[in-house]
Amino acid sequence: MRPGRILLIVVAVVVIAGLGVLAWLITASRPMAFAGGGAVALADYKGPPPTGVPADFASTDRIARGQYLTRAADCLACHTAKGGAPFAGGLAFKLPFGVIYSPNITADKDTGIGGWTDAQFLAALRGGVDDTGQFLYPAMPYTAFTYMTDADGLAIKAYLFSLKPVHRDNKDNSFSFPYNQRWLIGIWNRLFNANQRFQPHPDRSPQWNRGAYLSEAMAHCGDCHTPRTLAQNLDNHRKDAGAVTAGWLAYNITSHRLYGVGAWSDAELAQYLSTGYAPGRGVAAGPMGEAVDLSLSYLTPSDIAALVAYVRSIPPVATPGQPAPVLTPAPAAPGQGVAEGYDPKGKRIFEGACASCHSWTGQGSLTPWAALTGDRAVNDPTATNVAQVVIAGAKPRMGTALTYMPAFGAAYTDDEVAAVANYVTARFGAKPSNITPKQVAALRKQS
Amino acid sequence: MAKLTINGQALEVDAPPDMPLLWVLRDLLKLTGTKFGCGIAQCGACTVHVDGTPLRSCMLPISAVEGRAVTTIEGVGATPAGRKVQQAWLDLEVIQCGYCQSGQIMSAAALLAGTPNPQDADINAAMAGNICRCGTYVRIREAIKYAAKAV
Amino acid sequence: MSLFDRLPTDAAAPSGPSRRTLLQIGAAAGGGLLVGFLVPFGQATGKVGDAPPGSLAPNAFIRIDPAGKVTLVMPQVEMGQGTYTSISMILAEELDADWGQVTFEHAPPSDALYANPMLGLQATGGSNSIRAWWTPLRKAGAGTRAILVQAAATGWGVDPAACRTEASQVIHDASGRRIAYGALTGRAAALKPPADPPLKSPSAFRLIGKPLKRLDTPAKTDGSAQYGIDALPPGVKFASLAHSPVLGGKVVQVDDSQAKAVPGYRQTVVLDDMVAVVSDHTWAAQRGLAALNITWDDGPNAGVSTALVRERLRAASLRKGVVAINVGDAAKALSHDPIEVVYDVPFLAHATMEPMNCTVQVTPGGCEVWVGNQVLARAQAVAAQVTGLPLDKVIVHNHMIGGGFGRRLEVDGISDAVRIAQHVDGPVKVVWSREEDIRHDLYRPAWHDRLSAHLKDGRIDGWKHVITGSSVLARWAPAAYVDGKDSDAWGSAADMPYDIPNLHVEFVREEPPGVRTGFWRGVGPAHNVFVIESFIDELAHKAGKDPVAFRLSMLDKAPRLQAALRLVADKAGWGSPLPARCGRGVSVQTSFASSVATVAEVAVDEEGAVSLRRVVCAVDTGIAVNPNTIVAQLQGGIVFGLTAALYGNITVENGRVQQSNFHDYRMLRIDETPPVEVYVIPSGEAPGGIGETGVVAAMPALANAIFAATGQRLRSLPVDRDLLAGRKSA
Ligand code: FES
Ligand code: FES
Repeated sequence: MRPGRILLIVVAVVVIAGLGVLAWLITASRPMAFAGGGAVALADYKGPPPTGVPADFASTDRIARGQYLTRAADCLACHTAKGGAPFAGGLAFKLPFGVIYSPNITADKDTGIGGWTDAQFLAALRGGVDDTGQFLYPAMPYTAFTYMTDADGLAIKAYLFSLKPVHRDNKDNSFSFPYNQRWLIGIWNRLFNANQRFQPHPDRSPQWNRGAYLSEAMAHCGDCHTPRTLAQNLDNHRKDAGAVTAGWLAYNITSHRLYGVGAWSDAELAQYLSTGYAPGRGVAAGPMGEAVDLSLSYLTPSDIAALVAYVRSIPPVATPGQPAPVLTPAPAAPGQGVAEGYDPKGKRIFEGACASCHSWTGQGSLTPWAALTGDRAVNDPTATNVAQVVIAGAKPRMGTALTYMPAFGAAYTDDEVAAVANYVTARFGAKPSNITPKQVAALRKQS
Repeated sequence: MAKLTINGQALEVDAPPDMPLLWVLRDLLKLTGTKFGCGIAQCGACTVHVDGTPLRSCMLPISAVEGRAVTTIEGVGATPAGRKVQQAWLDLEVIQCGYCQSGQIMSAAALLAGTPNPQDADINAAMAGNICRCGTYVRIREAIKYAAKAV
Repeated sequence: MSLFDRLPTDAAAPSGPSRRTLLQIGAAAGGGLLVGFLVPFGQATGKVGDAPPGSLAPNAFIRIDPAGKVTLVMPQVEMGQGTYTSISMILAEELDADWGQVTFEHAPPSDALYANPMLGLQATGGSNSIRAWWTPLRKAGAGTRAILVQAAATGWGVDPAACRTEASQVIHDASGRRIAYGALTGRAAALKPPADPPLKSPSAFRLIGKPLKRLDTPAKTDGSAQYGIDALPPGVKFASLAHSPVLGGKVVQVDDSQAKAVPGYRQTVVLDDMVAVVSDHTWAAQRGLAALNITWDDGPNAGVSTALVRERLRAASLRKGVVAINVGDAAKALSHDPIEVVYDVPFLAHATMEPMNCTVQVTPGGCEVWVGNQVLARAQAVAAQVTGLPLDKVIVHNHMIGGGFGRRLEVDGISDAVRIAQHVDGPVKVVWSREEDIRHDLYRPAWHDRLSAHLKDGRIDGWKHVITGSSVLARWAPAAYVDGKDSDAWGSAADMPYDIPNLHVEFVREEPPGVRTGFWRGVGPAHNVFVIESFIDELAHKAGKDPVAFRLSMLDKAPRLQAALRLVADKAGWGSPLPARCGRGVSVQTSFASSVATVAEVAVDEEGAVSLRRVVCAVDTGIAVNPNTIVAQLQGGIVFGLTAALYGNITVENGRVQQSNFHDYRMLRIDETPPVEVYVIPSGEAPGGIGETGVVAAMPALANAIFAATGQRLRSLPVDRDLLAGRKSA
């Protein structure tokens, strides 16, 4: 073969492979591809409307509806700095290549979005472009919100504009080259932001369609739970199979019976989503705890049921690196249950600071909320979330004053956090973790 | 009305079900021997026994103890292990300010009831949840071993 | 020497330069503080307790009823240090009371009757209870015994000198007659106790020096002991409070609509700097408080941070300070090759196990207070001041104290509670949450120390120490703070035990903004001895000397301390081999008129975790009134000091204290606590103070042991475990 020919073939293969990869990447961005074809435009859908607010709210005014939807989309969580005014922005997102801060989305004319038109608002919400035409960083889940209807988007705007404007200047992001080249995001958007509205599936139940809208257009579950490709778009080929987001492991929530939530009952799922806790399934802490507190706990039972129905339909994905919980309690005697070889510091910290609530069996001694048995965190061989919850604690709004876990991060070193996390997974989980002080240090930086 | 059994006595108290046992004991039943130290299950000052298990009453809702036997420092002397521990505490002069000691004694009594001959590791596991700001730990350890030997 | 080291007798006064300083300060500042010697021994108060008719009450401390029961009134408060027992032993010793019949009572508030002779007010602090009361109480006991003897002798018609006493009886051996004290109360009451009764010689002591059982222990094992937090006057309601999160902040607005829905809620009390919720029980009060929506104006301290405080201390330390001592010519000795270092220690909370609390009932004509407090007359005064009532309308009931450590030398909690009670019908018990307790403390000051020294022939020949920080004394006892001299701030620094020919110590006062400071167990010495003994260790290392030998060579003028150091080195096996990453550290001190030498032994792993292997301590505290208590106080004090050194750190950000409870203000637990051995050296000298010595001893011994194990010198506290792991550099 002539060399030129070979080169041609190589180029062709590379191009075809590249196109293949690109096609794969682009299809990965479609969150509802698993549901198959047959989706129709919303206008052509004959069933009860899957968008908007649930029936219970239908008769309320636009502001109340907007509030419901704002909560469903959980705008508050990201657009509020720790201890800051609601929606006034300033929350830091620590990413590997710099820090970005959420902007002020109160109706302040100078520093917020008070001067934005409806069109500008929808363009930002769904297209990722702000009022000056600048591309937003995709930390803003506009690739999910893009499925939102005009009416719902504008109801959110109406609600935000009904609140007191807060004057608070936006903080500059600290990205360095090339991540500060926002025009690149424009290309990314063309490839990965569908920029189309929600399309129901007439072959599925109305409840499923409502759940789909809530999950994909509003709650943006996939933004945390779905792994990302190298191009940083969601890899919906492995939809909801779990991913590390903001330093916490967002679990596999596919219908896989071992690694996902396939073995959970509807009632357990519903309770977990609406209260952050289900007996024997653990407590939602970290970002999921926050999602429950600020968003999911406000959803009506019918909407929670719709979410459950939708989550149930996600195809199972096996994720052997992720937790598959054991449900048997550990022995009640401190001396039994963990083979030798663990760092004795872990046991020491557990006996002083943890055992009073969690008990040596891991079943919780004071409230079932403190049960570790069955919790996915303690079965996670990376111990990511155990370390995180030790550092940050948990104070679920839906719990009581008695379902509070203090944040131990300030007084315990990385080494101690690692030691206690490894002890806890060894004692209560399927297999011992081996998280290192260095990894703990990295987790602290991310959250 | 919650039905409770405290130190062998059946009682009814008018308290919300999520009210921690600690405040029911101290404020409503005037059993002030059980102490408040932290309110977050970190210090052990509020330790009581529920069916013989040492629990932190500051985070224990009374709804969780209905129908179960609660023993407090005022009643623990009626149990063999409790009596031995109290005597050891007297004999070895464990106590300083004493504020943590109701909890220490309750934890130690539960330990001895289940582990008649505790080793250092058992003592650590059972007692590390009880903080003593006066630093009586050295004597607590001695006194538990002493109590274990007492008849 | 510290404020608390000023001695009524010079029996235990340290030697060398310190003796000189003692006299200087005594002359300059003593006037305000030594007035307390005017204890009215001849005067019966008749106000104390409910002594039955016919009782003998010859002074403010002793009541004997006709049945023979001896009730001793405690001029100092019991917060765990065992003082009720030691004080009772001193009184009962000279009285020859039957120990089995002795009971005690808390003293009521009265500076006139119960002012601590060393402090000049009714205060318990500074490890001086026994030192201050040693002679006055012996005289009170002996004087009472004298009138009992005289009453018996008169009745029998014999010479009092022919009578002796034993176990609450007067005995006339010649005739074989004996009579119980109880039967003598009527006749003795007519007699006036002698002003200067003869005191027993130590060889005749029957109680003092014996390890007697503490009188307060039984009630503390069965839950019956009454602490302030246990007070339940009839009809009491329960309150939780929230102070302004920033010191000096004010309440702008309170929305209590949601609190009203809490079952058991009664009322919200809004004051200018705090808000309280009053309820039927504490749970409702806590939930009601959590349900309030309070808007605060943070005020001028909203920008305060630890970094700001540190920077101000550093800048201030370059100013000229007030000279504490100046011997020889330190400037000259340090003019070439000085070794210069800087040390820093943090703010510390007291974190008494019993959180702050106070129960108060205010009525139109009076005020009644139930509390456990270290300054009872001040407690009464502050309640009178807040209510505008005369002192005699304010009744204060003192209680057992669940840990003082200096926190209850303050009356802020009492004035808070009285201010709340003014708005409440009936008695109200105000209990601080642990979070409030940690965040609204009066903290042990953060200090910044600059030291320089010069070595000559393996000894220190020049030493300069500039101490920069808050003056607690200036606020707490302004009368004792004269010309900027703060005997507490330089306690154990101006009167170092070492023989150093050229010595200069200065104090620069710099008050932190937005943070209140207070006395904290160990007071001035707890900070100074850490700094000094760490630096001495550095110098020993520089001089290529063994740390024990280096110290011994410079302690010729402190023979008691030298003996303690030799003993502790022997008991600790100083110099014997240790495994890798293990080390021993030594420290010595003469603080609170006790000589203490301590060796700590630690292991430090590769990740910087410190395990405490053993602590050995030798103490010469003069006559050991109750040796059992002395050992206990040292064991406990050492744990307290180790806790602070390892974990103690109060930090401030945006004017707010960042720590809140035991998960982030960490305490040593039993599984971290090493065996602690204490050796008490027999002595006939006057008793020294003991309650704080262990705290002082532990910190430098630990830091020096860590140096021995790792080669890392810790010039700040708490122990930086990242530094030990090599994760960062100093
Ligand atoms: S008060 Fe319950 S553990 Fe501290
Ligand atoms: S004896 Fe005081 S806290 Fe334990």
